[in-house]
Amino acid sequence: MREMPVSPERAREHGLSGEEFERIRTLLGRDPNFTELGIFSVMWSEHCSYKSSRIHLKKFPTRGPRVLQGPGENAGILDIGEGLAVSFKMESHNHPSYIEPYQGAATGVGGILRDVFTMGARPIASLDSLRFGRPDHPRTRYLVNGVVAGIAGYGNCIGVPTVGGEVSFDECYDGNILVNAFTLGIVRHERIWRGTASGVGNPVIYVGSKTGRDGIHGATMASGEFDEKSEEKRPTVQVGDPFTEKLLLEACLELMRTDAIVGIQDMGAAGLTSSSFEMASRAGTGFLMDLDRVPQREEGMIPYELMLSESQERMLIVAKKGREDEVRAIFEKWDLDVSVIGEVTGDGMGRVQWRGETVAEIPVAALTDQAPVYDRPSARPAVQDSLQSLDPAGLPAPSDLAEVWVRLMSCPEMADKKWVFRQYDHMIRTNTLVLPGSDAAVLRVKGTGKGIAMSVDCNSRYCRLDPFVGGMIAVCESARNVSCAGAEPIGLTDCLNFGNPEKPEIMWQFRSAIEGMAKACEALSVPVVSGNVSFYNETMGKGIHPTPTVAMVGLLEDASRHLVQWFDAEGDRIFLAGADRLGVHLGGSLYLREAHGKVAGTPPPVDLDHERRLQEFLRAAASDRLVSSAHDLSEGGFACALAESCITRPDGAVGARVVNPFAEAIRADFAMFSECQGVVLLSCRPAGRDALLAAARPFRITMVEVGVVGGEHIDIEGVARVGAADLHKAWREGFAKGLGLDG
Amino acid sequence: MKAKIFVTLKKGVLDPQGKAIHASLTHLGIGGVEDVRVGKFMELTLKETGRDEARMRLEEACRRLLANTVIEDYRIEIEG
Amino acid sequence: MKAAVLVFPGSNCDHDAYHALKYVAGVDAEFVWHKQSSLAGFDAVVVPGGFTYGDYLRTGALAKLSPVMGAVKRFAGEGGPVIGICNGFQILLEAGLLPGAMIVNGSLHFVCDYVYLAAETSRTPFTGRIPPGSILKVPVAHYQGNYFADEKTLFSLEERGQVVFRYCTPDGRITEDANPNGSARNIAGICNEAGNVLGMMPHPERCAEAVLGSEDGRQVFDSMVSWLKERGK
Repeated sequence: MREMPVSPERAREHGLSGEEFERIRTLLGRDPNFTELGIFSVMWSEHCSYKSSRIHLKKFPTRGPRVLQGPGENAGILDIGEGLAVSFKMESHNHPSYIEPYQGAATGVGGILRDVFTMGARPIASLDSLRFGRPDHPRTRYLVNGVVAGIAGYGNCIGVPTVGGEVSFDECYDGNILVNAFTLGIVRHERIWRGTASGVGNPVIYVGSKTGRDGIHGATMASGEFDEKSEEKRPTVQVGDPFTEKLLLEACLELMRTDAIVGIQDMGAAGLTSSSFEMASRAGTGFLMDLDRVPQREEGMIPYELMLSESQERMLIVAKKGREDEVRAIFEKWDLDVSVIGEVTGDGMGRVQWRGETVAEIPVAALTDQAPVYDRPSARPAVQDSLQSLDPAGLPAPSDLAEVWVRLMSCPEMADKKWVFRQYDHMIRTNTLVLPGSDAAVLRVKGTGKGIAMSVDCNSRYCRLDPFVGGMIAVCESARNVSCAGAEPIGLTDCLNFGNPEKPEIMWQFRSAIEGMAKACEALSVPVVSGNVSFYNETMGKGIHPTPTVAMVGLLEDASRHLVQWFDAEGDRIFLAGADRLGVHLGGSLYLREAHGKVAGTPPPVDLDHERRLQEFLRAAASDRLVSSAHDLSEGGFACALAESCITRPDGAVGARVVNPFAEAIRADFAMFSECQGVVLLSCRPAGRDALLAAARPFRITMVEVGVVGGEHIDIEGVARVGAADLHKAWREGFAKGLGLDG
Repeated sequence: MKAKIFVTLKKGVLDPQGKAIHASLTHLGIGGVEDVRVGKFMELTLKETGRDEARMRLEEACRRLLANTVIEDYRIEIEG
Repeated sequence: MKAAVLVFPGSNCDHDAYHALKYVAGVDAEFVWHKQSSLAGFDAVVVPGGFTYGDYLRTGALAKLSPVMGAVKRFAGEGGPVIGICNGFQILLEAGLLPGAMIVNGSLHFVCDYVYLAAETSRTPFTGRIPPGSILKVPVAHYQGNYFADEKTLFSLEERGQVVFRYCTPDGRITEDANPNGSARNIAGICNEAGNVLGMMPHPERCAEAVLGSEDGRQVFDSMVSWLKERGK
């Protein structure tokens, strides 16, 4: 690559508008050179600057008694007591994963792991939320294979278990899949580190892999729409090296046990540029950097390339002056490159030198605090009204309800995901108490009696039909999953995946979803401590459903009191908690899509006050060991929740006999598959019945006893009946069958 | 001076990757392929030295590290 | 009684082995960095799982060159108990301490799942308390656990009682369906002729506590403790 003259056209090629280019000229008092233009373009990209989302993200509650670090750092941190904290974040790697699924997903996992261990935390678990196009879309199988193998290839090698997540399919993701990766780590309070470059004269140190021409302009790629040429962008996708990252992880944690450093940050999107300017910005300092001292993998790289490279597995460290040798010794022990490339200065300028000349000289604030912020126009799309109209009475009633039941349970969306989870090492580190397949994953925290429950969730059909309610549901449902495991939701991170924010209808979706999420967070007292926005999820002008994925983290003071979603023993009684919230709600339901080919109507209503009481009750019931299982009604309604409690058991399927909890006058298919918010299927020992009912009363939760566990069939009396073993088989085989994958 | 080293699975050692590739080729309608064996190809840049000397060293490298002779065969080509 | 847990660049089950030894089996355990060339003072060696050197070239191929492996060979030669788990097994194969080699799983996928093992011999220091015929529920997690050896070697392994574990059904039948990776003759673990070096693909350290779903793996560590105690360690 060679230097090129700078012009407004060149700026436009870099994704900067005419106004933005003018703003750069004003801030610098001159024209930027080519290197500086590159630096501005990545720092002012949507991905790094959050310029379209920032004003809305402020609506999230971010404080709380447990919050040690809210948004704005590499990852959020929450206190869990006994001097320990959890650090976690979720991030998207959508575009790279569509272009090159294996490497795209792998480097997504690598990036989020670095975000977490940069804070000083040892990663103990990952989750992934994956959304693909229709199962029968010609590209889907290839993408599923590649993404799953990429996550496995990276996570397994570095030795962090992938303990759960979701895999979902919808036509809207045909040309733009979503890969959202989440990692959680554990850190002692006194070992928390942040990305700050304080202390004038302190050395700036580069560690990790050498720099190559990887992913030049990955950050701007992540901020642009797809077109037919996207597949030609392949060379800009980075290649991950989990082995080097494992060494980097161990070396960084070893370094952090000393007090030789001041701050540390991952070189993620926009590499050396974002790490150096962001660290200086947080400390209110500047820096001087010499690019000749950057370890390089390729020959003839120019400053533009060195500053913008997204080579993986690199970190920037600011150490205490005079402690350089300690840093060097540790990284050399782990066979990693280490080089002092500059120092912290006090004048608020970022200066970059190369071959004895200054090649960039930019005020730090110009790239960070003075980056553009947009309040983009938003407008409810005209199609929303027609989308929301649905006449249930007009839907043809299926003649064979048992067949529909089996079909829903075996569609790739609902079917057993063992094909996926078998490829992830989900047991390493020996903390996993609940293996993948329950509402939430549960891990123990070694050295304490505590447990951590985690769930990642979003129903994007709901968000499409009503982003406000859909956003509320994403928060409520992930919190409910965690509460069903017996844990208290203590904080969340999110990945907000949306279309092009320059379109008012997309901006409307975005702000509505955030407002809904924020309202639910307030009601459930759950702070948002980290997150990521991914815009421009569009292909040839067609946007995805708004998909604000939520990853909820919960705390169990006593890990042994966790719950699972599957029935425990024959003879146990089955209850519906929150039974008064049952109703005919077909809008956005799985049944409507799978059986009638429609995404229409309005999502089920939410009652936040009820939700809060329900979840408090669930935790109390778990803590007092009153229940044997808890599973919330979500996709597929009462019939599918019941089926899941029967057949997802690791020890094999069991039957159940229940009454129809709906009024007799309601159509049988509606009773089975209506999706309700705030209803949970519980089971308990026969002798524990009265104690459970009594426990629900103070929380004003309506309990209805519906049946009993056992038998060969799953039987909703008078409505439909299937053989437990048959349904189990169809569910187990559905995923591979639906996608045409080999077993 | 460059050397090329080809490492292949021995005859009789099952090659699951080769089998899968063979099946995919058949799926694609690319017929006439009887068997596929997947191996490794390495390119080594050597300091100038006599060919015999180089070959001797490479033989040792293959035996001790580059190939596992329990399951793999190797072949060395020296250029220039 | 002191056990060494070797740490290579890329080892990642080292902490799990350490935890099972120290907090479950009650053995004094210590990490040993791969550049160390002595194992003086240790009574047993655990080569843990992981992806040493990223599995680059071949699994275990680069780790076998580490200085500590010379010490492991001497230790094993003197009859000291050595167990290689997963990648540790692969390293022992590459180092020539055990016969055979590993190739890619027949499914071409990484597989992480519980499997059942039929124990065939209690002659090793790690299976002394596991009567032959026992069935153990233990997880596997690997991409290259497909054991290969030529017919002569396989015959001799069986002849000399060196097959320690085979993959089986929950009721102990050795079937193709019970084999998670395509291993020759369902082999999951083997020992050397003397019996003091054991290599196994499944992870006993992951199932040494009931809260994790199985504690069958604990018998491997308890056997080791008994063996060492009997010898006054």
